[in-house]
Amino acid sequence: MSTETANWCDRCGEAAATGSHDACRAAREFEPPRFCASCRRRMKVQVLPSGWSAVCVAHGETTSAG
Amino acid sequence: MPEILDRARTQVLDGGVGLDEAGVLAVLRLPDEHLSATLQLAHEVRVRWCGPEVEVEGIVSLKTGGCPEDCHFCSQSGLFASPVRSVWLDIPSLVEAAKQTAATGATEFCIVAAVRGPDERLMKQMREGVAAIRAEVDIQVAASLGMLTQDQVDELVAMGVHRYNHNLETCRSFFPNVVTTHSWEERWETLRMVRASGMEVCCGGILGLGETVEQRAEFAAQLAELDPHEVPLNFLNPRPGTPLGDQPVVAPRDALRAIAAFRLAMPRTILRYAGGREITLGDLGTRDGLLGGINAVIVGNYLTTLGRPAGQDLALLDELKMPVKALSATL
Repeated sequence: MSTETANWCDRCGEAAATGSHDACRAAREFEPPRFCASCRRRMKVQVLPSGWSAVCVAHGETTSAG
Repeated sequence: MPEILDRARTQVLDGGVGLDEAGVLAVLRLPDEHLSATLQLAHEVRVRWCGPEVEVEGIVSLKTGGCPEDCHFCSQSGLFASPVRSVWLDIPSLVEAAKQTAATGATEFCIVAAVRGPDERLMKQMREGVAAIRAEVDIQVAASLGMLTQDQVDELVAMGVHRYNHNLETCRSFFPNVVTTHSWEERWETLRMVRASGMEVCCGGILGLGETVEQRAEFAAQLAELDPHEVPLNFLNPRPGTPLGDQPVVAPRDALRAIAAFRLAMPRTILRYAGGREITLGDLGTRDGLLGGINAVIVGNYLTTLGRPAGQDLALLDELKMPVKALSATL
């Protein structure tokens, strides 16, 4: 999930177009997303040894596999 | 050569007797110009008293978030404004995670829950999950479920859980600065019961919580007194929304000095790279630690954050000619 084309930053939950999210993008190398980039809801995230899945109640599941 | 390294060579490398608190502190205070020699000595100690093998482990969160405790470093506390939401892992996904872990060559699979201690729902999940893993996957199962009662200790033994992780997190004198909802002594009591049960004791902590160098040495000495089978060494990865969210990351040289010092305090323990190494040490530091006292790694992802792909760590071990410990060697 790209933080550059979304409405909301999937790491900090703030507006993607407001301010710099460079630190968020860097941190995401070692973090799964926490916020839905479409609606800003906090997602239910399960980290597994070789991947992760994140579920937004409104926008469904995203996984590390894409 | 500083006196403390000469003493460590005789006492720890030759004699197998770990440094005391004052000795650990002296190592932690060594200037940077002696770091390379310190790491080299710690590596010699590790090879001499533990052998060349590296134990590989994978971990998974069975129950994430919503924890009633206030461990100030933890994004899974329900008391902080962390973005981590509560979620449970189902049994088929747990077994799949164990299979993924075993496929890396790992011998250990640790099931972790963010709780004060297990309730009946969690114990039921453990009973079913451990049984399913043992039926389908060739791997040792460890657990980390917080503080236990004696009945729960006995039940975990009966399930076949061979190692129990319960970190003291930091030294006794600093613990109240990090956790206020339970005490260091309560954690120690669980560790005492685990030890008495015959399960292997896994107990470590996190460096970079704001403790002083003296308290880092105190922590190493307290762990040495406990004499755990394994010591997982984490470096704080400051989590958004937690009280330690703005804490600076441990400087790489301090992290490496600590690895060597903890090895010199505990020559025979399994000293494991755990969380935070990626942001604290990066690729080069990971290598330095493996050549400075570390003899175990968590591969793949952590509980709420991500690690390096397992293949990168396994390739590094291969490059360093460090064999992965075989399952037969752990039974």
